[in-house]
Parts: sequence; C-alpha cells; structure tokens
Amino acid sequence: MSNRAFAAVAFAIALAIAAASQLIANEFFFSAAYTVLLYVILATAWNILGGYTGYVNFGSAAFFAIGAYTTVALFYAFKAPLIVTIPAGTAVAGLAGLGLGYLTLRLRGVFFAIASLALAVVLFTFVVNWDFVGGARGAYVMQPSEVPFGLKRYIHLLFAIEVLMAAAALVIARAIETSTFGRGLAAIRDDELAAESAGVPTLKLKIISATVSGALMGMAGTTFPYYLSYIEPSSAFSLSYAVNSIAMPLIGGMMSWMGPLIGAVLLGTVQQLVQVTISSAWNLLIVGVLLVLFVTLAPNGIMGWVEAWRRRRNS
Amino acid sequence: MEFPTALLLNAIIAGLLLGGFYAAVSVGISISFGMLDVVNIAHPAFIILGAYISYIVNTHYGVDPIAVSLLLSPLFFLLGMALYRVYYLCFEKRGQESLRGLAFFFGILFITEVALILIFGVDYRTVKTAYADTTLRLGVVDFPLRLVVPFLVSMAMVVGIQLFLTHTFFGRAVLAVAQDQLALRLMGVNPVRIKELAFALSIATAGVAGAFLIVIQPVEPSIGREYIGLVFAVCVLGGMGSIWGTLLAAFVLGLAESFTSTFFGPSWAPAVSFGLLLFALAFRPAGLFGR
Amino acid sequence: MKLIRAIAAIFGAMLLAVPAAVLAQQPLKIGFGMSLTGPLAGNGKAALIAMEIWRDDVNAKGGILGRKVEFVYYDDQTNPATVPSIYAKLLDVDKVDLVVSGYGTNVIAPAMPIMMQRKFTFMSLFGLNVNSKFKYDRYFQIMPAGPDPAVDWTRGFFEVAMTLNPKPQTVALVGADAEYPHLALEGARAHVKKAGLKIVYDKSYPPKTVDYSPIVRAIQATNPDLVYLASYPPDSAGMVRAANEVGLKARMFGGGLVGTQFAALKTQLGPLLNGMINYEAYAPDVGGKFPSLDQFLAKYQGRAVKEGVDPLGFYLPPYAYAMMQVLEQAIKAVGSLDQGKLAAYMHTYEFDTYVGKVRFAKNGEWAIPRMLTVQYHGISGNDLEQWMKPGHVTVLYPKEYQTGTVKAPFHENRK
Repeated sequence: MSNRAFAAVAFAIALAIAAASQLIANEFFFSAAYTVLLYVILATAWNILGGYTGYVNFGSAAFFAIGAYTTVALFYAFKAPLIVTIPAGTAVAGLAGLGLGYLTLRLRGVFFAIASLALAVVLFTFVVNWDFVGGARGAYVMQPSEVPFGLKRYIHLLFAIEVLMAAAALVIARAIETSTFGRGLAAIRDDELAAESAGVPTLKLKIISATVSGALMGMAGTTFPYYLSYIEPSSAFSLSYAVNSIAMPLIGGMMSWMGPLIGAVLLGTVQQLVQVTISSAWNLLIVGVLLVLFVTLAPNGIMGWVEAWRRRRNS
Repeated sequence: MEFPTALLLNAIIAGLLLGGFYAAVSVGISISFGMLDVVNIAHPAFIILGAYISYIVNTHYGVDPIAVSLLLSPLFFLLGMALYRVYYLCFEKRGQESLRGLAFFFGILFITEVALILIFGVDYRTVKTAYADTTLRLGVVDFPLRLVVPFLVSMAMVVGIQLFLTHTFFGRAVLAVAQDQLALRLMGVNPVRIKELAFALSIATAGVAGAFLIVIQPVEPSIGREYIGLVFAVCVLGGMGSIWGTLLAAFVLGLAESFTSTFFGPSWAPAVSFGLLLFALAFRPAGLFGR
Repeated sequence: MKLIRAIAAIFGAMLLAVPAAVLAQQPLKIGFGMSLTGPLAGNGKAALIAMEIWRDDVNAKGGILGRKVEFVYYDDQTNPATVPSIYAKLLDVDKVDLVVSGYGTNVIAPAMPIMMQRKFTFMSLFGLNVNSKFKYDRYFQIMPAGPDPAVDWTRGFFEVAMTLNPKPQTVALVGADAEYPHLALEGARAHVKKAGLKIVYDKSYPPKTVDYSPIVRAIQATNPDLVYLASYPPDSAGMVRAANEVGLKARMFGGGLVGTQFAALKTQLGPLLNGMINYEAYAPDVGGKFPSLDQFLAKYQGRAVKEGVDPLGFYLPPYAYAMMQVLEQAIKAVGSLDQGKLAAYMHTYEFDTYVGKVRFAKNGEWAIPRMLTVQYHGISGNDLEQWMKPGHVTVLYPKEYQTGTVKAPFHENRK
C-alpha cells in the first residue's frame, strides 16, 4: 500500500471513530480512550528515534510538557485556540529535539540518553520558575463552554483530535519506515560506523529523526491542559511518561509502526482498567515488570512473536 | 552583589561537604559506566535500597546506619554480581546492550522504586544517629556533623577504591578491561569475571552511599530519580573512568549548587548541575580528566 | 367476582409497593477519588478512615433517607491525570448519587469541568483557592481557610506579628516551589504590604533540596524580624533542622509548614519545634470547644494505629468527617438528592459538625476562617504522648480560640 493510500485509510478510520463515538453515552470511555491515544502518539514518536534509529530518549516527558506548556503560554498571552496552539506546540517541541540532537548526537547514544534526562530536569526547573505559566502553582486552562462541530461535550472534541493526531503520527511513522530516510536510520541503528563508512550522512539523519520524534511528542502534549483544566510541572514532567513511551514500543515491537500502536493500546488499556479496579501502585509495578520481562525474553516484542510465528508457519 | 565573608565561607564548606557525598554516590557509576561501559541507570535505585536497609536496622537495633551499610556491603556486592550475570547473558553477549540494556536497567529502577513504595509506603524515613543534631563551629563557619561524617567516610571509600584500582592486580585488571579486553584475555584473565566483580563493587558502593543519603536527609522511594542525572553528570564531567575526575567533578557540582542556593536562589540549583552537564556534553565530552 | 377484584387489588398494591421497597434498599452511593498512593497518601488514607467512620455511624442509625450509605472510590495516586477518568467512571458507569473530592488542589481542579458540566454539587477536601478560577456555584470547601483563602491563610501569622512590641520592620519570605507554598506566599505578600513591612528575602527552593543550611544562612544574612515559611513535609523537616543547625535568630519563625500537624513530624522533630509558629487544624488545648471530637478521635486513633496511618488525626480526619456531616444534614433537610436544591441549601444555612458550626460563603469557602495559628513550647524528647495532651500548643489566633500570647523572640524561646 502506498503511503498516500495508507494516509487516506488512516484518516478515514480516524474520522469514522470520531463520528461513531458520538453514539457512546458513557463518558468514562472518552477519558480512558483519550489517555490511551495519547500514549499511542508518544510511543510512536519515541520509536522513530528509538526503534528506527537506535537512540534511547529518556526525556519524553520534557517534549510532552513543552507541547502542553506552549498551549498554556499562548492561551494566557493571546487566548489562542487549539487550532493555533497545536502546531505551535509541535513546532517548539521539534525545535527542542533539533537543539538536543545537534548538541549531543555527535556522541555515543548513551550520552544522548543522559542528555535527554538532563534536558528534562533543566526544563522542569525552568517551568517551575516561570511565573507566567503559573510556575509551581500550576496553570488553569478553562474548557470553552461551546463545543464546535455539534459535539456534545468538550471531551468528545479532545478525543476526536487525539484520534486524528494518532492517525497522523502513524502515517508519518510508516512513511519514514518505508522511505530512503528510514533505511538510512535502520543502517545507523544496525551499525553506525559501517553506515558512516558507506556514505550515510548519519549526523544529519539522526538530527532529523530527533526533531520529528520530539515534535510528535510535543503534539501529544498540546491538548493535555484542556483535558485536565489544570496543569502543574510535577505531573506534566512525570517519569511515567518516559517509562511508558519506552515500554510500549518495546512490548509491541520496535521495528515497525504497528509495534508502538499495539504496545500502547494493550498497555494503555490495561493501565486504565487497573486504575479504576485494583487501582494503586501495582499499576506502575506491572509496567516495570513487563518492561524488564519483554526486554530480556522477547526483545522484538509482540510483533517479533507474530513474525516468528508467521515464519514458522510458512516454512 | 556583596560577598559577605561568612556567607561565602559557609557556602564553600557546604559545597565541599555536599560534593563529598556526591562523590560517594557517583563513584559506582564511574566504575560501571566509566570503565565497564555498562549504563546502569538503576544505580540510584540501589542507593535508595541501601538507605532503606540501613533505616530498618537502625530503627530496630539502633546501630549507626553508616556502620550498618559497611557491614552489609558484601550483600550488595553479591547482588551486583547477580545483576551483572543477567545483564551479560541477556544483552552484552548478544551485542544489544546499547538500547535494550538501557531499557532493562530503567525497568529495574522502576521496579525497585515501586516495590519500595509497596513495602514501606511513601512517607519520608529518617534515622537516628548520635551526631545528627550537632554542629561544630570554627569561627564563622558551620560544620554540621550530619554532613561531615558521611563526607569523611566517603573520602575514605573513594581514596580506598582508587588505591585498590591502581595498586592491586585485580584493580589493574579492571582498568585494563576498560582499555583493551582482548589483551586482557591474552594474558589469561577472564574479562567477564573481572567485569562482574567490578560491577559488584559499584553496587556495593551504592549501598554504602545509601546510608550517607539517609543520614543527610529524609528518604522516600522516588528520590532515586533525582540522582540519575546527577550521578551521570558527575561521571561525565569528571571524565569517564577517572576516579580523581569523579571526585573533582563532584566537588564542582556541590560547590555550584551551594553557591547558586546561597546567592542566586535555591530554585535554580538543579538547573545549574544539569546545565553544566549539557554544556560539558556539548563542548567537552571528554570531561575534566577524560581519556 | 368480588374475590377476583380483591385479589387484583392486593396484587396491584404489592406491585406498587415492591419498587418502593426495592428503592428503599438501594444503597446511597457516594463516589470519590482519594490519594491512597503517591506523595499525599498518608493524608488520603487518614481522610478515608474518617469518612468510613462517618459512614458506619450513619448506617448504624438507619442510613440517610432510609438508604444505606455506600462508598465507591478509586485511588487517584495523587496524580491529576487520573482524575477525569475516575470521575467520569463514577458518574457514568458506577452511577453514584453524590460525589466528594480527593485531597488537595492537584486532584480537585481536574474534576471541576465534569462537575460543572453535570451540575453536580461538589464538596471538596482541602484545596487552596480552587474555585477562584472556576467560579462554580455548587463548589464547597471544608478547609477552614476563609472566604479569601490565599490571603486568609496567612492572616494569623501577621496579625500575631503586629502585636509584638516594638513592631517588626522586616520580613523574610521563603517556601517550596510548589502550588500551596506559592499561593500562601502570595497571600503573605498582601499582608506584608498592608502592614508596611519591608521584604528583605523572598525566594523559593526546589522541594527535593538536599541541604537547607545555605538557604537558612542566606536568610539570616538579611537579619529579618520575621521569617515566614510555607513548606511541605520533607522540606518542613529540612528547614526546621537547618534553622536549628545554623542557629536562626528571628522574632517569629514559621507560619505555613505543612507536616507538623502529623504525628510523624511531631515525633521526629520533637524539641526542635519549640518556639516555632505554625498553623494547626486542631489541638488538645482547644478540645473543650469541640466536645464530640474526643469520641471521634478515639475511634479514629484506634483504626489509624492498626492501619499504619497518622496516629494523631488532628489535621484532615475531623474535617473529612465534618464534610460528610454537612452533606448528611443537607440531604436530610432537603429530603432528596437534587443537586441544585442541595447546593442552594448549603449556601444558605449553618451546619453543626464535630468541628463546630460551619457556614459557607458565596464562593463555597468558609465564611469565617478558623485555621488556628499556634506556637509550640515545652516539648521534650520525641514521644507522641505529650502531643495528645494540652500544654504544648498555645493558640494565638483567632481570638475565640486563643489560649495565650506569643513569646518572642523565637531563638530565645526554644524550650
């Protein structure tokens, strides 16, 4: 399937889901689904730099928070609506990815990972000290009382936007995967030195990958302040975003665009359900244990299992 | 800005004492990451674990936590050996340590933190020591024993490790494994075994550093995360694999934080440390003493 | 013929009676999120115990409107991100009859949009000034901060400070980089301006600071008359210790430390607290004014010790119980669960609870502030028993609960 066709299918499905959701009366579905979709975007974004290029980013929360706080800043300054803040947040996060990449991707992958953590801390401190967006006190972003497009409630709009953004992220991931750019990234992931010797412009590709990855993570964060109406630094920069955005592609499979989708839907749904049934720190324990189990025993994730099963069936 | 002498001297002393503590916390990473190339991002989890174990023994038997940690360091040593075995078998042998090894340790960090939360809850824990509330005064300078005692033990530990690495066979083998594994093998030494024991040593230092931590401040399970960046910052700034570099970098970081807290406002202190790290990574990744 | 009609009549009566009977047996469900894990879990669990005691008390007397009270609650992990889903599930899936909030602004604010959409009456537990942004007319707050929480919160400290003779001139403001301390310090600045004091230090610190001595030293270098501190438990402990180590000298020190209300910090810091000013929700020294509270505290303390939660219960538990009492009385007075009628009733009338008479202002906050400004004294050693009896906490403000006057300066009253 060509990328164009895939994009058309993806957006068609997204719109259909958004429309069909109007039949659901249960609002719990929307909050839970919004969160799962948010993780689909984060996981897919992470995987572009992580699975495709082989560079681990521990600072997903930083980029996510950049998207969220750009929305807050523009809302406070200009009462900017989502249609403005979403691209703005995405762009700023992309710039951050570009900056971080430019500074540290010349070095080994490990340094990029550590630097991404450092970036998260520096940004966190910066936001905490930035009174305009509320600093440590947090910021309130009121949901508008009128919902456009005739949707019943504001959360429905947020859900619809998330579905479309998730579709966009998947389309971009697949486009990268099947392009020459993607093959260059795979070469870097498999053996960077060999790729460099073979003439692949590794630094340029890595930086682009980091930019795209960061931008998409920021995109995931842009609607978040509206979802909660209240955002404050500690929870915006929560380490659970970092852990989940690593665990989900790992569990789903890092080689293709389907892996993060599967991982996010599975792990995300489990977490949402556990939260309102067993509900407690067991949630995080499950994520951690699954992460370790999968990384040691099933390094290619669920997609890897599917591949192996398919190969066994064909041979 | 005026620099009142008393404030300045106290800021320097506080920074150095803090730096001593940071050195203890980071020396393990200097070995595991700097020399063995193992990105043990779960190192702070073992520090917290050490803090909690010291806490338990201190609460039940009243023994000084630092003494407890030194006595129990063989346990951490064994834990480190086991952890390295798993890491080696699952990742290093297969050549996948960069991505998956990292994720593995990240998972370990998380599991440790959550397990501690489930067992101990999220309340802050402190220990009772004989010297916790005493402060020595020399002129205008304060020396709170709560910081001085860990500082002294930490210095002893760091110097001890450096001497060990440079003056014993095993120690020199560790330094060699960092430089040239093949040569080491040719000399009849099993590099895997060396790495295993060195990694175990790094975890043992984490256990002791945990006791320092809980003497200095109250501890709760998620504190570990704050130290991930710090330990790697110190290791990188100091130049990978140099113990003296780590020590110096720890002092630099301690002083930077102390000065920022005192003169510019404490809320910028974390940004200073990590800003320094980013700066170092961008412009001088070899660090201060790098190879 | 008559027999058939009679039987039909009896049958009909039974059919009509059955739904009524069924309805009477349908429990009255109250839903909420609560911090059972995460940084505020200690308080969350304490509040839950208090609420469960209320539930058992009410059910022992036959329930409310003839229905047995049942709780449906989920752990919000002290994480705002979980709150919208939790309240959506409570309203749409569990179909609860009434909601209350979790503990703290972090988890109250994210629930506001859904409350406002569904027009549910929302009784909330200890969030500072949440409604100032939402301006929701069905929001109620059980924390006795006062109608203008940000300012009323710090009023006590400064009212007491201005009674010192000679009047203080300078003040140092310090607090953690977090929501509550920021708000408290904003209010403090308003008082400082009104009183004409000069601010000589005004900085905040990151909550996970390791060493607080540089901060205290920097404060001391400015020689303030007053030092107002707004902090959360870990830094409350750190700052108190640092003040002790550095030997902080000031006429009054303290004001807004969260944490010393609980047993853990009271026992940990013990005599280090002597001379400090702080806020308390309750102290045994004013126990005479709240007679029913003793019984409740005895019940609470029994359970708390067993469940490993704050054994004193002087902070959240009485207010968590009171909040449920307010709801109970409102429902009984209105006679139904109509959210609009409940809200209207709660805005108009006064309630009689274990923490005294409660009346709400138009914005849902307390009409009259009642946080106690206190000074600690006479604490020796680190045991808990001394705190359970009067004699260690002098209440300085408000006047109707005052038990003594402030002893200044701070550094000369450390016994």
